[in-house]
Amino acid sequence: MEYFLSEQQREIKSLARRIAEERILPVRAELDENEEFPWAITKDMADSDMFRVFIPEEYEGLGGGSLELCLVMEELSRVCSGVALGYAATALGSYSLVEYGTEEQKKKYLPLIASGEKLTAFALTESTAGSDATNIKTTAVPEDGNYIINGTKQFITNGGDAELYTVVALTHPEKGIRGASTFLVEKDTPGFSFGKKEKKMGVRASSTRELVFRNCSVPRENMIGREGMGFPIVMRLLDRSRPGVGAQSVGIAQGALEAAVDYARERVQFEHPIIALQAVQQMLADMAIGVEAARLLVYGVARTIDSGAKSYTEESAMAKVFASDMAMRVTTDAVQVMGGAGYMRDYPVEKMMRDAKITQIYEGSNQTLRTAIAFELRKRKGRRE
Amino acid sequence: MNIAVCLKQVPGTTKVEIDPQTNTLVRQGIENIVNPFDTYALEEGVRLRERYGGKVTAISMGPPQAEAILRDALATGADEAVLLSDAAFAGADTWATAYTLSRAVDKLGPCDIVICGRQTIDGDTGQVGPELAEILGFTFVSYVSQVEEIDGEHMRLKRLMGERYEILEALLPAVITVVKEINTPRLPSLRGMAKAKSATIPVWGAEELEVDGNKIGLTGSATRVIKVFFPQRTQRAEILEGELPGQVDYLIDRLREANLI
Repeated sequence: MEYFLSEQQREIKSLARRIAEERILPVRAELDENEEFPWAITKDMADSDMFRVFIPEEYEGLGGGSLELCLVMEELSRVCSGVALGYAATALGSYSLVEYGTEEQKKKYLPLIASGEKLTAFALTESTAGSDATNIKTTAVPEDGNYIINGTKQFITNGGDAELYTVVALTHPEKGIRGASTFLVEKDTPGFSFGKKEKKMGVRASSTRELVFRNCSVPRENMIGREGMGFPIVMRLLDRSRPGVGAQSVGIAQGALEAAVDYARERVQFEHPIIALQAVQQMLADMAIGVEAARLLVYGVARTIDSGAKSYTEESAMAKVFASDMAMRVTTDAVQVMGGAGYMRDYPVEKMMRDAKITQIYEGSNQTLRTAIAFELRKRKGRRE
Repeated sequence: MNIAVCLKQVPGTTKVEIDPQTNTLVRQGIENIVNPFDTYALEEGVRLRERYGGKVTAISMGPPQAEAILRDALATGADEAVLLSDAAFAGADTWATAYTLSRAVDKLGPCDIVICGRQTIDGDTGQVGPELAEILGFTFVSYVSQVEEIDGEHMRLKRLMGERYEILEALLPAVITVVKEINTPRLPSLRGMAKAKSATIPVWGAEELEVDGNKIGLTGSATRVIKVFFPQRTQRAEILEGELPGQVDYLIDRLREANLI
């Protein structure tokens, strides 16, 4: 398949693959088993300039767009989507600054993110606000030029390991979600602490913790964007980051497909490799079709975003929903093709199946996103130009 | 600190053919890679520059296509690179190679440390490093597994000697050859790759290096490879049979005969 990648995009993709194969693959099972944060790999990724990919050139980045980020995500996820998630969360956490930060904020923070010195995180979800993100309770009350944050954020990727947090809180609770604003909070700010590390089904090389704010005072200059614009900002950032989840899904599925084909070529039953069995062939072909279709949709949406499109809520939701449902199906089938071996931890596909599940859940559950797609469909009466 | 790192392009496969005329490797038409041991040398050079400042220059002697490994070296942290390439260098043995490399080190200007891999995976001699030190009149330390400290005039090194380590102090300037235990070579960086792509890599031939024509290439080679062949693998296993005590007595006798116990 010709993906029409530029020379630089091909270089980014091939270097990400080298990192995945040379640095992540040897420790993948161990990271999953021990639920370890991959600091050594994060350092390798930083040294190879992977964190520069999504930062503008003016701030020591390489000025890549959504497609470049997707290429890295796909290659890392092909080997370990847990490691890829920590990287993606840093991209999402930095988008708020890239898109809405002041010149001072960008100058202060983006070079530190580009060099990989500081990881970031994005904190929206609360115990009362999952799919209903409007129901957040965390407050940020103005006081003497500062904002005093109180509340608890839940299930935050990179929580505790990141240095910089994009946090959404209500500056005017009486206005509901129209009174929400976005802040950048540094890790060592007094009043900011972390809950226990969550034990997860998959993506176990990533860390997930609660963020706890108790009278945490944040200076006025740490507000990102205008007061009251918090909700539109985060919705827009999530639209932008969803193809990344799509790329993560494509990578997981690609890895599972490769493992299943390798196994089917080797495994002999009824005196032939099982890839000679039509039942297995049909499954593998459907898996390959799914991976390719999802990859093209993800790349297409990423290119739409990079072209400067104003609105892409529907497209980015489609890329995420289609790719993540595909990844769940393909990884499940990979386990099926490999049978008992696929179910064992000695082989990588059971991990991929566990990892795939989260892609249908986070950054908007697939059900919520289908509702958003239907909403847009109604508006445009299903027509395309 | 000025650091020179010597790199060699080698066949990326063991299926190489031997030129029956010269008894040297036929290098055309096969995928080439950087000699794996040299990647540790480059990484150590880059780390020393990160610790002590200065400049790392990658040097390779070889055909024009050896430029590829120098671009990789630039993408992986080398500051500059120079290719020594000339038809007159062809067929050089280790001594002629070391002589040619020494001319390049001289031409680069004051040099504190030259780092080489412990050996190549094609020639396997491990001789170029020590010969280079001899010709340059530098201190030589082989099989270095750690550079502990450099304090201006000396460097403290740890080296791997069979089953023991030696810690020694060496006077600069020095040539060292390194073992793979010394570090984990980094991957290239995207910025480095962009830099490497646009970098100009000077090519120095016999004229630029002002070499003595009788000391280079096949002419300058004191050694000739008479024959290259695959060794006959002689595996002689003896399976002992019979009662266990008898087997033990027999085994002890055999080991004594072989002077192994």
